[in-house]
Amino acid sequence: MKENIMLSVKNLSIQFGGLHAVENFNLSIRENELYGLIGPNGAGKTTIFNLLTGVYKPTSGTIMLNGVNKINGKNTIEINKMGIARTFQNIRLFHKLTVHDNVKIALQNKYRYSTISGILRLPRYHRYEALMDEEAMALLKVFNLENDAMMKSANLPYGKQRKLEIARAIATNPKVLLLDEPAAGMNENETKELMNTIRLIRDKFNMTVLLIEHDMKLVKGICEELTVLNFGKVLAQGETNEVLKNKEVIKAYLGE
Amino acid sequence: MDYFKLKRQKKARYNLSIYLMIVIAYAIVMFLSYQGKISSLLNGLLVPFCTYSILAVSLNLVVGISGELSLGHAGFMCVGAFTSAVFTRYMKFLGVEGLYLFIIAILIGAVTAGFAGLLIGIPVLRLKGDYLAIVTLAFGEIIKNIANAIYLGFDENGAHFSLKNTMALGLSDKGFVVIKGAQGITGTPHYSSFTAGVILLIIVVTIILNLVNSRTGRNIKALRDNLIAAESVGISATKYKLIAFTIASSMAGVAGVLYAHNLTTLTALPKNFGYNMSITILVFVVLGGMGRIRGSIIAAVVLTLLPEMLRGLSDFRMLIYSIVLIVVMIFTSAPAMKQYMEVLKNKFPIIKNLKAVTLKKFSKEGE
Amino acid sequence: MDFLTYFVNGLSLGSIYAIIALGYTMVYGIAKMLNFAHGDVLMIGSYITFVFMSQMGINPIISVLLAAICCTFIGVIIERIAYKPLRGANSLAVLITAIGVSYFLQNIALLIFGANTKSFKSIVTIPPLKLFGGQLIISSESIVTITLCIVIMLALTTFINKTKMGQAMLAVSEDRSASTLMGINVNGTIAMTFAIGSFLAAFAGVLLCSAYPTLTPTTGAMPGIKAFVAAVIGGIGSIPGAFIGGLILGVLENLSKAYISAQLSDAIVFSVLIIMLLVKPSGILGKSNIEKV
Repeated sequence: MKENIMLSVKNLSIQFGGLHAVENFNLSIRENELYGLIGPNGAGKTTIFNLLTGVYKPTSGTIMLNGVNKINGKNTIEINKMGIARTFQNIRLFHKLTVHDNVKIALQNKYRYSTISGILRLPRYHRYEALMDEEAMALLKVFNLENDAMMKSANLPYGKQRKLEIARAIATNPKVLLLDEPAAGMNENETKELMNTIRLIRDKFNMTVLLIEHDMKLVKGICEELTVLNFGKVLAQGETNEVLKNKEVIKAYLGE
Repeated sequence: MDYFKLKRQKKARYNLSIYLMIVIAYAIVMFLSYQGKISSLLNGLLVPFCTYSILAVSLNLVVGISGELSLGHAGFMCVGAFTSAVFTRYMKFLGVEGLYLFIIAILIGAVTAGFAGLLIGIPVLRLKGDYLAIVTLAFGEIIKNIANAIYLGFDENGAHFSLKNTMALGLSDKGFVVIKGAQGITGTPHYSSFTAGVILLIIVVTIILNLVNSRTGRNIKALRDNLIAAESVGISATKYKLIAFTIASSMAGVAGVLYAHNLTTLTALPKNFGYNMSITILVFVVLGGMGRIRGSIIAAVVLTLLPEMLRGLSDFRMLIYSIVLIVVMIFTSAPAMKQYMEVLKNKFPIIKNLKAVTLKKFSKEGE
Repeated sequence: MDFLTYFVNGLSLGSIYAIIALGYTMVYGIAKMLNFAHGDVLMIGSYITFVFMSQMGINPIISVLLAAICCTFIGVIIERIAYKPLRGANSLAVLITAIGVSYFLQNIALLIFGANTKSFKSIVTIPPLKLFGGQLIISSESIVTITLCIVIMLALTTFINKTKMGQAMLAVSEDRSASTLMGINVNGTIAMTFAIGSFLAAFAGVLLCSAYPTLTPTTGAMPGIKAFVAAVIGGIGSIPGAFIGGLILGVLENLSKAYISAQLSDAIVFSVLIIMLLVKPSGILGKSNIEKV
């Protein structure tokens, strides 16, 4: 087994006004791992995603990608180019564009050609457009979305919108994939299918996955390790089964 | 892949329909004018049709495709008109005339207006939409004011510039005043023609269509639809909004060149380069359908023609435009209206097939 | 002394901007929209005053009050017909609608009153104030304008802080959906905001036309835009911000007219806006909003 640490977070804190939204947060995720981040609402999970993707700037602490690249202080665009992609809790698709275009847009950093090549339709345009078309379609197939490719993404049913968001994130070819409540709003069958898909993309694309989830079945089913967050602080951390047995965790989840 | 073939065919058909529309309209006009059946009124409108179409199509790139509101489009037109006219007028003074100068003038207009767009865009495009509207409006007015205040002349020592009067230029005997303050530029060579206008329109349409269906265009649309998601897949908001804004400004400059060389006197008035003009162009874009290139051209031509044909209505033209703006916006964007239309659509499937100019919102497929 | 004269005139102009800016800032804060037509409501108010006062010979003060009442209704009607259906629509659509309304008002005024400039008789009759042995003359319009502006600011602040309606306004500006859940009548509150803004716009219009006695259908456009700039500089959504922003803008405009160039004064004012937006987009007293991701 590889023991390379893909994502490591040290003493990460952020304050909004006087509020410590996240305090002294530590995390290390091995390469190719499926890692869960759970906790009650308002525990600071999404805030951590926002810190990891440069939407917020941390008050203190460091975030390292692959052990060498320091990513705090960089902006969202640079961080995406370095290899972190995410989905959003409240779905954010390019709603007026087709499903296929949503994924194609995310391939824009891989197949770069200039505005001039686009306007003048230079050979590079034709070559790269064809490659993007193929690759986007292949990705849609992984998520069983190929038959909806021409549909306007806003018209997709909810579950498929979530899947499309994941496909779009993967299209940027990240090392680390952050999924914010991927199973929210899905029924049991869809969740099951999603679990398989997440495993599949981890294996197929050799990705490290960090996910926020409230659905305990999904967490138990696929996460190898867990961090439990409460009031911006780490409550427990470790292997999934161990953590879920932890008394503090049970207390935070079920109340006293 | 069937999908891509289908998609390309669909795109190609849409694009072809635009070109066909322009070419057929051109052929009809040319045929009628050969037969001597074009009234002088219509004859005088031929170049304006092209000018307004270019303006509408280019503003659509900002408003419809990029989702930002610019209220200073006429200002960029003004930049293109004046810089190009200074060039051709001075060349005429030097005794140089010829259609090749018009081509150089077009390039000058496009570059200077594009540069003005870039300068304005860099600080402003980082801001939220409402601020952009205000600042572009202000910019348009400032450009118009400056154009009214400038005195510019040339002599053997080069260019002389003043904001006071002709005397303050301090020109030598051989000198020549090009811009005379509020009197503007007189004696501009008449290079514009319907043919030139149509060629320019086709070039502008081609540039925009190719841009929209390329990586850059998709990135621009992604930013319009969801800025945060677009940044999360590595798209720089500033860069791509700036590209759209600069290209649109530069095309407005081209329209300005066409405008300037269709008249013998070029002055900056509220009605040609002011706020009114910017709003008129916005009406073309909104009525033609946001993001719809063909719609913009149709709206520009029809709305230029109508008030001229219904002279009695000219007092009401702007009033009608304003009502049209409000009504179209409420019908296409009000949440309650959208729901109502959704219900109607399910009840009467025929609505789905209606292809009225502003009904693009009802199409199931994405752009 | 010259400087002081320009400065006081600037304060006076700034007070007018401040009163107009209140309408912008309250509407922007509460309805989250840029009411482009606000400046034109001001123009309509001035025309109504003009008709009552100069053409019908009604007492100036009563004319102004009548105009203010008319404007209040106009403001509420505009909101009801044009803006309310678009609540929840994207901001571009709302903005274009507001531009449509602005244009509509200008052209209605053009049709009714014509393009010719009406010379507006000042409503102020008190004598000007002479200071430093007559070296510094403060015009009577300036005195009234500045005083009225301060009174309005104090009254409005008290209204917001002490009344139930004022508190409702604060709540709606903070979080519209939560306010609905708390039983606040959001539509009523927004209508009230438009009513207050338009009521004040009538006063601003009369003061503006008293100081600069020319009235055309586009009288409201430029002051309207500048007042919005003032609201942005002061911090959009903030009442003291509108006051400070208005004064800064008025003084700046008058000083640059006097010492730099009359033609470039607008350009200077707008470049201040651009600089402000780049340095501190939330304005002097504004709160910065982080979009929730």
